[in-house]
Amino acid sequence: MNISVTKTGLSALCLSLVLAGCSSTPVEETMSDIEDTTVQTVEVEMESEAIVVEEMPVEPIMSAATVFYFDFDKALLKTESRAALVEHAAYLMDNPRSIRLEGHADERGTREYNMALGESRGNAVKEFMVLQGVSPSMIEVISYGEEQAASFGSSDAAWSMNRRVELK
Amino acid sequence: MLFRSLMTTKTFHIIVVAMVLVFTPVAAWAELVIRVTQGNDKPTMIAVAPMSTNGIQVLEDISAIVESDLLRSGLFKTIPRQNMLAFPQNIDDVYYRDWRLLGSEYLIIGGLKDSEGKIELSFSLLDVTAQKTVFKHRVTGTEAQIRDLAHLVSDKVYKEITGIRGVFSTRLAYVTAELNDNKFIYRLNVSDSDGAREQLVLESTQPIMSPSWSPKGDELAYVSFETGRPAIWRQRLVGGQRIQLTNFSGLNGAPSWSPDGNKLALVLSKDGNPEIYLLDLTSNKLSRLTRHFAIDTEPTWTPDGKNLLFTSDRGGTPQIYKLTIASKAVERITFKGNYNARPSLAPDGRTLVVVHRESNVFHIATLDLKTGRMLELTETRLDESPTVAPNGAMLIYATKQAGRGVLSAVSLDAGVKYFLPAKIGDVREPAWSPFLR
Repeated sequence: MNISVTKTGLSALCLSLVLAGCSSTPVEETMSDIEDTTVQTVEVEMESEAIVVEEMPVEPIMSAATVFYFDFDKALLKTESRAALVEHAAYLMDNPRSIRLEGHADERGTREYNMALGESRGNAVKEFMVLQGVSPSMIEVISYGEEQAASFGSSDAAWSMNRRVELK
Repeated sequence: MLFRSLMTTKTFHIIVVAMVLVFTPVAAWAELVIRVTQGNDKPTMIAVAPMSTNGIQVLEDISAIVESDLLRSGLFKTIPRQNMLAFPQNIDDVYYRDWRLLGSEYLIIGGLKDSEGKIELSFSLLDVTAQKTVFKHRVTGTEAQIRDLAHLVSDKVYKEITGIRGVFSTRLAYVTAELNDNKFIYRLNVSDSDGAREQLVLESTQPIMSPSWSPKGDELAYVSFETGRPAIWRQRLVGGQRIQLTNFSGLNGAPSWSPDGNKLALVLSKDGNPEIYLLDLTSNKLSRLTRHFAIDTEPTWTPDGKNLLFTSDRGGTPQIYKLTIASKAVERITFKGNYNARPSLAPDGRTLVVVHRESNVFHIATLDLKTGRMLELTETRLDESPTVAPNGAMLIYATKQAGRGVLSAVSLDAGVKYFLPAKIGDVREPAWSPFLR
């Protein structure tokens, strides 16, 4: 797929003809390392390990859920999500770093509406964490709508797995 | 362990493709194949005699393409080739009685000729009942344009007999998602309206959404997540040049090109929740149109360019609203059912197409804005993303078949239906191009 033809050459050729015959000459681009903060990440993680070992039991943090589920067409945080989010919030305030909340919807309904729904869910989680004291500037909400299912298939079980917010 | 995945370096891979006009064979990833499942009650009987090639080597069977075009419209039934007694090329060679006996109301004949290295196609439409020539035309093109020539024949014949402009020379844009090593590869493709000649426009490991044609049919606007966030891009089909139009925090979605081509309606949530904005494509000026704490999304233009229709859940459930751009006045349009979303208007400006939920099943439905009559067009499940042909005769939408995303077509009176199943991957979000010539 990597055929190198200059774009100017292509467009000049293209403009000279009227009817579109059909073929493609792909121009490959690789967008890499959009957030290259690996070094910093390693440092923080080593630091946090030290804290964990000395002061806190490992289990509660390791086991805190990072995926939070929602009801159909709803962006209301479920009661069972709260305990884990309280833990995350406490941990974040001790170990400040930016997080991403990725909101998702199940496949039912239209795609752009589901993008909005995924964002509402992400915002619901964000608002809860902010209430717990986490700085809003540390939290980015990104909606993927129904574009990245966690579970495939068109069943109630699959749909309930897909209506979610993932903390990353 | 807790946040370990957060800062892992992500490498997003995208491929931008420029369409060129020189014909070279391309790998077809998910070429569409048409199956007509339901036709019109009283189709016009037509015979398409095989075109005489007169020794010219062509890779495509022009008459077969014309037959398939006319059949797909649902308004025609064709006479099988094996029943034909002769394959006339000239009007003088036609024995009308033979064609009448086959039940044919019309006959298309024609032949190829070399014209300075190009292919010249002469074709005639004959009225079998009246025993007269309706028209005779001549078109010329390169060998790579054989399918274009065939679609031109179909367009001329369709217009003559039905009085409606044909859409056989138009194109489709759509998104496919293919699972590869447990990861999706998203592709934005463009094909002929019959699914042939699929061409890759953009390939990415991150989602691609919401393609929208420019009114001239030479550009697409779409949403790409290639930067790790949704952003709106515009890309020329010929040449492949692309520009990132938005990069706001939150949603950057649902681009919809204005009828005059100068503006883009879109959705941003940078101010807290999804609102409709207008982006002036010449000045890059952004103006906010809606102001409501509910979800406002999926804007689409009325043909006069003065209003937008959009989806909002400001009344509690998603419904269609109309926004007058000059006054920013908002008025609710749909009332039947608890889910009406993704509006689009047929070219008549009167038939509203929506995704409508009835007893928990999502269908494509039309609402006659004059009479208020609602008509459910589809009976498949999880139907979405309807896109109306520029002549308003049919629409194509995305649905699920055996757990896979496929495209399906239905006429706006629900009388004609066909599937466009893909060979590989999930097909979604079709966008029918405007008339291209």
